[in-house]
Amino acid sequence: MERVPIQVRVNGVEYRHEVEPRTLLVHYLRETLGLTGTHVGCDTSQCGACTVLLDGKAVKSCTVFAVQADGLEVLTVEGLSHNGLHPIQEGFREKHGLQCGFCTPGMVMAAYALLQEHPNPTEEEIRHYLEGNLCRCTGYQGIVEAIRWAAERMAAQAAD
Amino acid sequence: MAYIGQAVKRKEDYRFLTGRGTYTDDLVLPGMVHAAFVRSPYAHARIRAVRTEAALKAPGVLAVLTGEDLAQEGVRPMPVGWLLPTLKIPPRPVVAKDEVHHVGEVVAVVVAETRAQAEDAALLVEVDYEPLPAVADMRKALAPGAPELHPGAPGNVAFTWEIGDEKAVEEAFAKAHRVVRLELRNQRLIANAIEPRASLADYHPGTGEYTLYTTSQNPHVHRLMHAAFILGIPEHKLRVVAPDVGGGFGSKIYPYPEEAALLVAARRLGRPVKWAARRSESFQMDAQGRDHETEAEMALDAEGRVLGLRVRTLANMGAYLSLFAPAVPTYLYGTLLSGQYRIPAIHCRVTGVFTNTTPVDAYRGAGRPEACYLIERLMDVAAAELGMDPAELRRRNFIPKDAFPYPTPVALVYDSGDYERALDRALELVGYRALRQEQEALRKEGRYIGIGLACYIEACGIAPSKVVGQLGAQAGLWESALVRVAPTGKVEVYTGTHSHGQGHETAFSQVVADLLGLPLEDVEIIHGDTARIPFGMGTYGSRSAPVGASAIVRAVEKVLDKARRIAAHLLEVAPEDLEYQEGRFQVKGVPGKAKSFQEIALQAYLAHNLPEGMEPGLEATAFFDPQNFVFPFGTHVAVVEVFPETGEVKLLRYVAVDDCGHQINPLLVKGQVEGGVVQGIGQALFEEAVYDENGQLLTSSYMEYAMPKAPYLPAIEHDATVTPSPVNPLGVKGVGEAGTIAATPAVANAVMDALRPFGIRHLDLPLTPEKIWRALRDKAPVAAD
Repeated sequence: MERVPIQVRVNGVEYRHEVEPRTLLVHYLRETLGLTGTHVGCDTSQCGACTVLLDGKAVKSCTVFAVQADGLEVLTVEGLSHNGLHPIQEGFREKHGLQCGFCTPGMVMAAYALLQEHPNPTEEEIRHYLEGNLCRCTGYQGIVEAIRWAAERMAAQAAD
Repeated sequence: MAYIGQAVKRKEDYRFLTGRGTYTDDLVLPGMVHAAFVRSPYAHARIRAVRTEAALKAPGVLAVLTGEDLAQEGVRPMPVGWLLPTLKIPPRPVVAKDEVHHVGEVVAVVVAETRAQAEDAALLVEVDYEPLPAVADMRKALAPGAPELHPGAPGNVAFTWEIGDEKAVEEAFAKAHRVVRLELRNQRLIANAIEPRASLADYHPGTGEYTLYTTSQNPHVHRLMHAAFILGIPEHKLRVVAPDVGGGFGSKIYPYPEEAALLVAARRLGRPVKWAARRSESFQMDAQGRDHETEAEMALDAEGRVLGLRVRTLANMGAYLSLFAPAVPTYLYGTLLSGQYRIPAIHCRVTGVFTNTTPVDAYRGAGRPEACYLIERLMDVAAAELGMDPAELRRRNFIPKDAFPYPTPVALVYDSGDYERALDRALELVGYRALRQEQEALRKEGRYIGIGLACYIEACGIAPSKVVGQLGAQAGLWESALVRVAPTGKVEVYTGTHSHGQGHETAFSQVVADLLGLPLEDVEIIHGDTARIPFGMGTYGSRSAPVGASAIVRAVEKVLDKARRIAAHLLEVAPEDLEYQEGRFQVKGVPGKAKSFQEIALQAYLAHNLPEGMEPGLEATAFFDPQNFVFPFGTHVAVVEVFPETGEVKLLRYVAVDDCGHQINPLLVKGQVEGGVVQGIGQALFEEAVYDENGQLLTSSYMEYAMPKAPYLPAIEHDATVTPSPVNPLGVKGVGEAGTIAATPAVANAVMDALRPFGIRHLDLPLTPEKIWRALRDKAPVAAD
C-alpha cells in the first residue's frame, strides 16, 4: 500500500514518518512513536480513551487519520507534565478519580481541554463535557471532583 | 495503626496518570506478529467447509488455523470449573470445527505481519455455512420441538437445581394472610471493562516454554486451565503474566478460546503473536452476565412478617458453559434469597437453559444482584399491597443484631450484622420523612418523585475450600502470600490476588507497613505473574481483602515470629521478653536494649550469628482458607423524578450506607462504592444486551448498548457503619460488588414508587424512557394514595 510522508510535532518533538493513508492517529502514536499512554477502548468513537489534543483541541485520535495531523501539533498524556504531575493529574490522585487507569489518559486530556476553554466550570458543565468519555470504574464522581480541584489549583497558581 | 483505616492516596496512580501504565496491548516483543479472528455471523450453523487459500496468499499472512488444525494439535475443549449433579457439559471448542452455536464464535485465526494485514486476510477466509434454526429466548428453547443446540442436552436443559424446604414453604403459604406474586426479568448485561481483552502469546522452541501475557483477573487459574486442561502441557511450561489490567468486573476471570488459539499459533510459527479485541468482539465474545426470568411468591402474615418465599427461575446459560457459569444462578443466587430478613421457609428451583447466545458467567456481584433485586422488589410490592411504609416492612422483618451467627434456610450462616443501624443512618441522611411529605405535595402539582430502598446483603470471600468443594467447585478458594524481606529490611509481598483497578498495591502495603511498623514506601506489592507469585486464585467476588489480605497477615506473622527469635538470640533474652513496636524489638522494661527490623533482616542473611539450627533468610509463605464467607450489607436510597410526558427518569439523590466491616482504606472503599453504584444504576436505567429471535446480537457496540455517562448521574452521598467480621484477622468484608447489588433495586423501587399514582405495579429493567412512556400512554394518574 502507498505511504504518505507526514510531519507532526508531538509533545514538543518534531517527527517525520511515512504512513499508510488509512493509519489512524492513535495507531501512529502508539505503534510508530511508542506513546502507549493513549488507549483504544472501542471501535465507534464513543469511549474517549484515545483523547489527545490536536492543535489545542480535544480529538478522539481513533477518528483522525495520521495524515490529517500533518503539519499540526499533538499533545498526549505523556507530554502533559515533565517534572512531577500537572495539577489535573494531581487532582485525579487527590480525589481518587481513577481506578484501573485505562480511561484515565483520555479523561485527563479531556479535562485539560475543558479547563483551557472554561477555567472555572460548574459540576454540571464538567459532567456535560465528559459525555464523550466512558469510565466503568469510578462512577465519574472522583473525576468530577478531581477536575474541580484542578480548576481551583490552576486558578490559584495563575493568580500567584 | 499508622496506615490501616487512613485514606492513603494510591501508589499506583503516578504511572496511570502519566501514561506509563503497561497494559497487555502496550507490550511489544521482538519478531511479534498479529492475529485476527474469523467469527461466525450465524447464531447456529453447520460448517461445511473452511477455505483458507485466498487468505494464505494475502500480503503478510503467515498462517491460517482452522478448527481442524487445532484438533490435529490435540487441543481440547474449554473446561468447566463448577459441577452440579444434573449438569450437562457440551464440549466448547477453542475453534469451531463442525458447528457454531452463537454469533462471534471463533471459526479460524489468521496470523500476519501486521494487524491490518491479519484483519484484511480474515475477510478472505471463506466459510461455507449451512444455517440451522436458532433459539435465543429461554421459553422458546424449552418449548417442545425447539431447535436443540447440543445432542447431550435434551430439551436445551443445562441443569435443574433446587435449594430449601419445599414442604415447609407450602405450609407457610397455607397459613398466609396475604400472598404477593411477582414475575420479573433480570436482563442480560455486558461487563464492558474499558480495556478490551488482549493477549500476547510467545513460545520458546529451545525450551518448550510458553508465555501468555493476557488481561486476567487470576493468572494462575488461566495457567492451570490452558496448560493442564486445554493444551495438555505441563503447567511449568506455561507462564501467565497479567500486567496492568484495565477493569474486569468478572469478564477477565475466565480462560477464553482466543488465548489458547494464540498459544498454538505462537508454537507453530515460533514467533510472538498478539491480538487485542475490538470492542465489537468484546460484545460478542466476553462472558455476559445475569439473564434470569423469575416467578416469585412471598407469603406474609397480617402484621407483615414474611412466612415463606417460593422462587422459580429460568437462567440463560448461553450456548456453552463458561468456566464458573453453573455456580452463578445456583449457589451464588439461591443462597442469598433470604436477604437481610428472617424468613422461616424458602424454596428455590432453577433451570439452566442453553440458547444460541454468548455464554454468561459471573459479572460484578454474580447471582447476588439477581437475588437482591428479587427480594427487594418483592418487599416493595408487598409494602404497597399491605399499605405499609416500605422501610417499616423491612425493619419488621430484619434479622436482629443479636441473632448472629445466623443460619438461613438456604444453606448460609451470616457472620455478623446490624441491619437496622444501616437503615436508620440511610433514612436520616436522605431525610426520609420530609421526602415522603414532599412527594405528597408534589403529586398534587402533577410532579412525580419516587423514593426507593434497597437493604442488600452480599456473600463474598467465598470459602472455606472444603465447603465449596462439597457444592461442586473444582477449585479451592483459599489465597496465598509470600512475604520476602530483603537484607536492608525492605519488604516485597507477592500475592495470589490480582488488581485490575482496586488499589491492592496501596491497601496491602498499608496492612504490611502497619504490622511491621515500617513506612509505606518500604513495602512493595507484586502480583500478576505466575513466575513470581505463589499459587493463588486471583480476584473476584470481593475476595482480595477478606481472603487475600488475610493471607498476607498470616505470612507477615510468620516473618515476625522468626525475626523475634533472631532478636532474642542477639539480645540474649527469651523471645517472650521482647515487645515489637515501631519496627523495633525491645526488651520489656529496658528501653535502650533493642534491635531494629533492619538489623534483624541483615543478620538473617549474613547468617553469622543465628540461633542454633535456624535456617538463614527472612521470608514466609502462607495460605489462608477462611472458616466462612463474609457478609457485607447496607441500605441504599435512590430518589428520582419521572417525567410522564417523556418517560424520562432523573436521579435526584443517591444515598449509600455500607457496612464492610473495618475499612483498610476509606478512599478505596468510596471509589468501589461509587463505581459499583453507577454499574447498578446502569442495569436499572440503561443497559441491556438484546438478541433478536435468530440470535443476532442487536446491541453490539456503544452505539446500541447504553452505558452510564457522567451527565446522567447524581453525586453519590455515602456513609458507613462498621460491624467487623469475625472470620478473618482484619475484621474486613469485601466492598467491590456492594454498590452494584444495591443500586439496581434501589433505583427500580424509586421509579416504581414514582409511578404508583398511575397504577403501575412493575416494569422490567432497564427502565428506559420509551418503556415508561409506553406504560403511561393509556393511563391517567389515579388519586394519590
